[in-house]
Formats: sequence, structure tokens, C-alpha cells
Amino acid sequence: MFAIFRKEVRQFFGSLIGYISIIVFLLVLGLFIWIFPDTNVLDFGYASLDSLFSIAPYIFIFLIPAITMRSFADEINTGTIELLSTRPVTELQIILGKYFASLLLVLVTILPTFIYFYTVYRLASPIGNVDVGGILGSYFGLFFLGAVFVAIGIFSSSVTSNQIIAFILGVFLCFIIYMGFDYISQFGVFIGKNDYLVESLGLNSHYNSMSKGVIDSRDVIYFLSVISLFILLTRTALSSRRW
Amino acid sequence: MSVKVSNLSKVYGTQRAVDDISFEVNKGEVLGFLGPNGAGKSTTMKILTCFIPQTTGSAIVCGFDTTSEPLEVTKKIGYLPENNPLYTDMYVREYLEFAAGLHKLGAITASRINKMIEITGLGVESKKKIGQLSKGYRQRVGLAQAMLHDPEVLILDEPTSGLDPNQIVEIRSLIKQLGKDKIVIFSSHIMQEVQAVADRVIIINKGKIVADDSTANLQNMVGNETVITVEFKEQVNRNIFSSIPSLKSVEQTKDGKWSFVSDGDKDIREDIFKFATQKGLTILQINKAEHSMEDVFKELTNK
Repeated sequence: MFAIFRKEVRQFFGSLIGYISIIVFLLVLGLFIWIFPDTNVLDFGYASLDSLFSIAPYIFIFLIPAITMRSFADEINTGTIELLSTRPVTELQIILGKYFASLLLVLVTILPTFIYFYTVYRLASPIGNVDVGGILGSYFGLFFLGAVFVAIGIFSSSVTSNQIIAFILGVFLCFIIYMGFDYISQFGVFIGKNDYLVESLGLNSHYNSMSKGVIDSRDVIYFLSVISLFILLTRTALSSRRW
Repeated sequence: MSVKVSNLSKVYGTQRAVDDISFEVNKGEVLGFLGPNGAGKSTTMKILTCFIPQTTGSAIVCGFDTTSEPLEVTKKIGYLPENNPLYTDMYVREYLEFAAGLHKLGAITASRINKMIEITGLGVESKKKIGQLSKGYRQRVGLAQAMLHDPEVLILDEPTSGLDPNQIVEIRSLIKQLGKDKIVIFSSHIMQEVQAVADRVIIINKGKIVADDSTANLQNMVGNETVITVEFKEQVNRNIFSSIPSLKSVEQTKDGKWSFVSDGDKDIREDIFKFATQKGLTILQINKAEHSMEDVFKELTNK
């Protein structure tokens, strides 16, 4: 598994993929936090990073499927999947190797935003008057959200040999799981009966709950279950190619 | 140490890609897999390397079953897939290190990689990206990764495709050399290649084994008649040949040569020569046609 992990990480940072995703993520977030009029912290007047955590998931919806789209689609397309599958490694090891490599890239993409956190921290009056707990919780939430998106992205990549299809499918699934359940819960049939239940199937409610600064085991279990589900689906998709 | 295939079948939809084949290969044997395109050569190899599961039957590699113990089987096998897929954006050495990592070679990684680069003659090319290499060198990279972990069984799907004649000779002698203490199974649709390298040939057609024998025996298989081609200086009338003993038939070919056919492997060159001196004819050329693997192949696969 480690060999695959290392190969994937090298592929990210040996090419432009890694750097571009870090730069784009920081740039877009930076624009929203400091420059664009409706969302920037300076005009808002309160030392908070709320705009970062409300915008980051939308960037991830596009960015993460772009990072993961090649992981299996490319291997299937060029036939190198045959080289991997005929080695003494299990399918799960191959998937996890790729999963953790992409997750590492997501983590590396998130980390530089601590600069924004520090800036806001310094800008607060008096200095340091920010909701540190809430922000740290939000960071955990964002990381878990990224982890779920990576699992979805890897899965979409494993069902096709076409990277574009993998990307579009990934974006669609990420969107559905992030926002879709919120909208579905608004349907008349659910309102007042099961709307809370339907909403809690989606990522958004768990993400919001974490950004309050409370790391609830229910949220963590939810994130881990969705990740495991998509990793298992990936395994099924890969084995079904062989039948 | 052996590869044992029993009653193996692979069905894709309604098509039987491999149809109830059985064979066994032992250490020190080089087995050539011969067959027209789409005969089931690659499918058999993919089953042996645990890439795809069979529909029925079993394949045992070095005592391990390909379906229930794939991890053990893949440790024993070195595989060069058809079309030689490679990571084109990796450097040669980087790729071999990756392959070594998958096999957990550990401390011997560097020495094995150096040895493979030497054996396959990658030399200076080993500092390039795989995508920059010519097809022949890529093929060498494919061979290097297949042999990297010193496997007991080598499965090579069309190992010489895309190579120039010199490289083909090199790779063939490499395969022969490897075959001394390993099991080598390679596929090809080039008859001369199988003839030159393999000790044993399995000819597959439409998923079935149509011949399984040593190269020498197979060549004799179609030899139920012997053909001698003769070129005379003079114009000759067909009827005068009737006095040659044990001649089955005679025919004039397009370029004015005569081909004499006799039963079995009886060599009638001497009789023809004597006959010619009697009649005062001058022989410019006399040849005995060898039965090549090509004839065997044509005869067995065109049924």
C-alpha cells in the first residue's frame, strides 16, 4: 500500500496537479475573504472566518473530483490497472494507497489557510478575540468533508475509463451528498415528519454541527461511514470490471 | 514448481474465449503459445496471472490456486501484459522502484534494478521518462519489471512485438536463457519465433487446444508427404517422369520448376538425380522443402 501511496504523491507533486490545486484553493478563498465586497472580513467588521468555511466546500466540490478523476480512470484507460492487479497487493490496498495520497493533497491544500486564520487572529480587537474552538472545529469539519469528497471522487474514477466522466460524476455526487439532502428534506412529504432525519443524511448538517466547535462522535461516525461506503463501492466497481 | 491448468474455460456472454483447456508446464520448460488473433492466448494468460477469474476449471501456479490464493500466485509470477501498459510520466528507475515496492524487495531493490537494467540493455535510457522511450525500449522496461522480483514463472504476452530484428534476437536469447531454471510461458503469432525459442508449443484456435507437443514433433506432424523442387536446364515433357520409382505426383510450378511429391518422409532426390543423368538432363537446382511451423499452424487452425 505504501508503494502506491508514494507513487501517487509523487505524481501529484512531480506534476503541476498538486501545486495548481493548492494555489487555486488559496487564491479563490483569499478573494472571498479579503477582496470581494459581500464576503470580505474587513468590511464585515467581525473577526471571524465564517466566509472561509462557507465557501471552501463549494470549491472542494469542483477541486477534489478534479484531483481524483485520474486515479483509476487513467489506469483503466491505459491498461496499467493490469500491472497493479497482477502484483501481490489486494484491491483494498490499491484503493487505500490512492485514497490517502489524495487525502494528503487535500490536507496540504487546507493547511496554508492557517495564514488567514492567523491574520484574522491578529486583526481582532483585542488581539486574539476570535472563537478559536469554533474555527478549529470548522477545520476538522472541512477536513472530514474533504475526506468524504475524496472517497466519492475515487469511486467515480473507478467506474469509468474516461476522466471527464469521472470528474462530472464526482462533482454531481459531491453536490448531492453535500446539499442535496437538505433540499430533499424540504419536500412536503418530509416536512414536520422526517425532515430532520433526511437532512442528517447529508453532509451539510454534520459539517455545520462541527463548526460550532463541538466534535460530536455522531458526526465523526457519519463521516467515517460515508467514506467506508464509497471505498467499498470502489472495490465492487473494480472487481466487477474483471467479470 | 509447475503451472497446472485443468479444464479451464472462460465465457464472455455467449462467446467461449477459452474452451476447456488443460496443460501442465514444469520447471525448465519454455512454452510457446501460438494461435491466430482472438484465439484465447491472452485470456488464458490473464487467468493465470489472477487478473480475470475463469468461468470453470482451475489453474494452479506453484501449488497455489489463482482464484483462492491470488496473493501467493502473484508473488511467483512475472507478467508482461499484452500491449505493455506503462506509466508514461514516470522515470524508468522510478517505475522499477515502484514495482520493487509492490513486491516488497526491501534491501535488494537497488541491486536488482541495476541488474535488470543491465540484462535488458536499458543503460543510458534508464534516466529518461518512459513516455520518451521508443517502443523497443518500452518493451525492455516491461520485461525488466516482469523479471525484477526474480519470479519462478514468467508469463510474457507477445514479448517481441514492436522490436527491431536485432532486439528480437536479443530478447529471444534472453527468454531461452531464463527458461533454463524457470517456467516461461510466452505467446506469439510469429511461427519462427516459437520455433526458435520454445521447447514446447501449444497451438490454440477458437479457445481450444489443437496441438500440444514439442517443437520438433509438431514439425513432423504434417509431414505425410515430401516435396522436392527441381529446376532443369532443358524443357521437359511431363510424361517422361513416370519412370521414377515411388513418385506420387508431379507438377510444373509457375516459374518453370518441377515439384515432385512422394509419400511419407521418403527422400527421392537420389532417384531424381539418377533419372536425370539417364535422360541426359541438366539439374540446375534441387531442393527438399522443410515443413515449417507455418504449415503446421495453417493446417491446424484452418479446420
